[in-house]
Amino acid sequence: MTGTMGWRIFWLVLGALAIVAPWIITSGFWINFLILTLFLAFLGQGWNIMGGYGGQFSFGHAVFFGTGAYIQAILQSKFGWNPWLTLWFAMAGGVLVAAFIGYLSFRYGLRGSYFALITLAFAEAFRVLATAAEGVTEGGKGILIALNQDPERSFAMMQFATGTGYYYFILILTVLSLVVVWAMERSRFGAQLVAVRENEDAAEAIGVNAFRVKMGAICLSGAMTALGGVFYVQKFLLMDPNIAYGPTKSVEALVVPIIGGMGTVFGPLLGSAFLHTMGEITKEATQFFWQDRPGLDLIFYGVILVLVLAFLPNGLVGLIKGQWRGRRQGRAAERKKAVA
Amino acid sequence: MYDFSIILASVINGTMTGAVYALVALGLTLIYGVLHIINFAHGSMLMVAMYAAFFLFAAGGIDPYVALPLVAALAFAFGYALQRSVISKTSHGRDEIILLVTLGISIVIENAALFFFTSNERLVTLPYDIEGIDLGVTFLVVPQLAAFGASLVITFLLWLFMARTDTGKAIRAVAKERLGARLVGINVDHIFAISFGIGTACVGAAACLLVPTFPVTPQIGYVFVLIAFTVVVLGGMGSFVGALIGGLIIGIAESVGGLFFGETLGKISISLIFILVLLFRPTGLFGQRLR
Amino acid sequence: MLEATDIIKRFGGLVAVSDASLTVPEGRIVSLIGPNGAGKTTLFAVISGFLKPDAGRITFAGTDVTGMRPHEVCRLGLVRTFQVVQPFANLTVRENIAAGAHNRIRGRAEALDHAGEVGKRLGMGGMLDQPAGALTVAGRKRLELSRALATGPKLLLLDEVMAGLNATEITEIVEVIRGIRDTGITILLIEHVMQAVMSLSDYTYVLNNGAIISRGAPREVAADPQVVEAYLGHGASERIAAGGAGA
Repeated sequence: MTGTMGWRIFWLVLGALAIVAPWIITSGFWINFLILTLFLAFLGQGWNIMGGYGGQFSFGHAVFFGTGAYIQAILQSKFGWNPWLTLWFAMAGGVLVAAFIGYLSFRYGLRGSYFALITLAFAEAFRVLATAAEGVTEGGKGILIALNQDPERSFAMMQFATGTGYYYFILILTVLSLVVVWAMERSRFGAQLVAVRENEDAAEAIGVNAFRVKMGAICLSGAMTALGGVFYVQKFLLMDPNIAYGPTKSVEALVVPIIGGMGTVFGPLLGSAFLHTMGEITKEATQFFWQDRPGLDLIFYGVILVLVLAFLPNGLVGLIKGQWRGRRQGRAAERKKAVA
Repeated sequence: MYDFSIILASVINGTMTGAVYALVALGLTLIYGVLHIINFAHGSMLMVAMYAAFFLFAAGGIDPYVALPLVAALAFAFGYALQRSVISKTSHGRDEIILLVTLGISIVIENAALFFFTSNERLVTLPYDIEGIDLGVTFLVVPQLAAFGASLVITFLLWLFMARTDTGKAIRAVAKERLGARLVGINVDHIFAISFGIGTACVGAAACLLVPTFPVTPQIGYVFVLIAFTVVVLGGMGSFVGALIGGLIIGIAESVGGLFFGETLGKISISLIFILVLLFRPTGLFGQRLR
Repeated sequence: MLEATDIIKRFGGLVAVSDASLTVPEGRIVSLIGPNGAGKTTLFAVISGFLKPDAGRITFAGTDVTGMRPHEVCRLGLVRTFQVVQPFANLTVRENIAAGAHNRIRGRAEALDHAGEVGKRLGMGGMLDQPAGALTVAGRKRLELSRALATGPKLLLLDEVMAGLNATEITEIVEVIRGIRDTGITILLIEHVMQAVMSLSDYTYVLNNGAIISRGAPREVAADPQVVEAYLGHGASERIAAGGAGA
């Protein structure tokens, strides 16, 4: 995709814009819009590793998001640890839960819809646990993180007074996630993961340890998604069982890469940008009739999801690539004609 | 630790609810058995039907038990149309893609409900809902008895339909061998839609039985779809008997689990059963195709 | 190179392979023939680790591989292909073969280079950047073979690589297989195309109802009355001997 000059320039310009965005956009609303777009792209990338590249569709990715978020919130609020330290524990927690679910599911050979359903069941079990374990999680009331009052310590406390700080924070995370997936795509692990997605038996026959590869994918995915939970806690300073383990985060994490393009580096980013932009437009367009009634943007998400599944198996990236390829082929054909 | 009579009471109460779970799961298992679709939107359809029953009562003053045939018929039409217009067009390819399509549909339905009805809880309060019979260990109110009785009757009627009528036989033929069924001249697409319609009619009926005891919110479908999946997986995908017995087991497990672990943590028994069955016996207790 | 001894595999009450033994010497092409449902593919699956035998022992290059997982067996150098070819449909031909090359090669670029070489060697040079899903049957068979070859095997188990090919394509693939053998790779193949079995193999085993009923040089085996009966039904060899089955 980055092979041609045109694309390279496009990405350079986009990168430069991303860096200077906070100087151009001064409205808090639009900075927030960018933050949420990047956050969702990041979550989606976590799902993409396992679902898009590995073909293991999870319906309960919130189980990793919530675990990371809760560890971040609990270690900070109950033990007073520094957020930069708790972050590592949160990611380790995500990996641990991923390894547990992955080991059980893949050992017992769960595939396809069964795997999707068991991840959903785990997320629900964790939601019930988080609600019941009031001593640790404060139950349904949720955990509040103390607001940092000292502007000098905003970086140390991973709390930023303005949107700009959070913007750069999530921008760095998202870029890192893109680099990780980009590198994965060009590694033996990535090639073997895709082989398992395409045909597990055939992959085994040519020397791929499918179990290990899938375990690797779910752990990487779990770590990234848990990091998403960390960001959420630092941004909103609140965590409760429904935010952590409810269906919303699971659904968002899968909708974004499916719409953008599963198994592609930029699919989640594209999907998130598209969905958020269109969602905002829908909201604005209907503002006049219904003032901020909830639900409308999600109706739109659902419709787009069904349409993409029906008509664009490779998502928006596939659409763009198809056009691009078509154009190149067209040019090649013209050249041939000119020669003849 | 616990008095036997308390446990017995809990089992009886669980059985009453379990019968409705069975009815909901019956619809899901029928759709799976015939179309091989795991319908994630099943819970959202239940939720919509519950709103229908609520509004018929609140605005029209129609008793939900009277409205049951009407709601079931409407649900049938809705299911039939949904299968013919959307699902059949998009449900190609791997089964998890079809699962995602139904997830997309459920997102649309759920948020449409949120948009139009808001997230306020709504409950049908029947004038006679505290009447009932005293069993000594527990007191069963009319909504419980009605839910239990009607669920069993409907299950029996559905079984009769499948066993005796031509349409029922055609559905069984398609479930068993869709290519063969097509070859002997059965309109498979029509049968698919009929089955989807009947599956949805089951939740339509269940909705009327549930509204007097369960407050309706747009999110309630998610709760029920998890329960229905657990029942179906426990009973065996596509099995009628399995759905019935699975429903009763889950109803009892939920009720007894709540007794031992408390209202909040008791709910975990459902997820745990779901996970354990998926891992150790994915074919369920009666894991065979619909017959 | 490969020794399978007294292999038994049951599915419920059905015995798919009963007490089958076979030996494949290094550097040879050995074939396994038999009527449909004889248990040939099951025996392949057992040898390559896809199924665990109920009894018996498999040694490969001096190592006991009984009960090993397919990828472990592959790492040792024993690779199978599938009768129903299993391409990674959304990947290009080159990427498909590279997935095999990764068995021995860590680096992505090296694996892709090696995949190109293997592909060219097997006559897929012009199709390297096509998606595997777009290949013809013959192309898919070659791809299956290329992918297995790219893993760097010592022994290849080929399950009906000629099924569904036309006469020209069969002649081509026979040459390809011979070429592979000439590079020092041992081959065990299941085949229905008799002319290919005759011309290719050094030694033949005949499997019927899960048991080895005959073995030897291909021409001897073809003349074995037991083999003729297995293929044509009971009493067939007598009828043929009695004067050409009523001809």
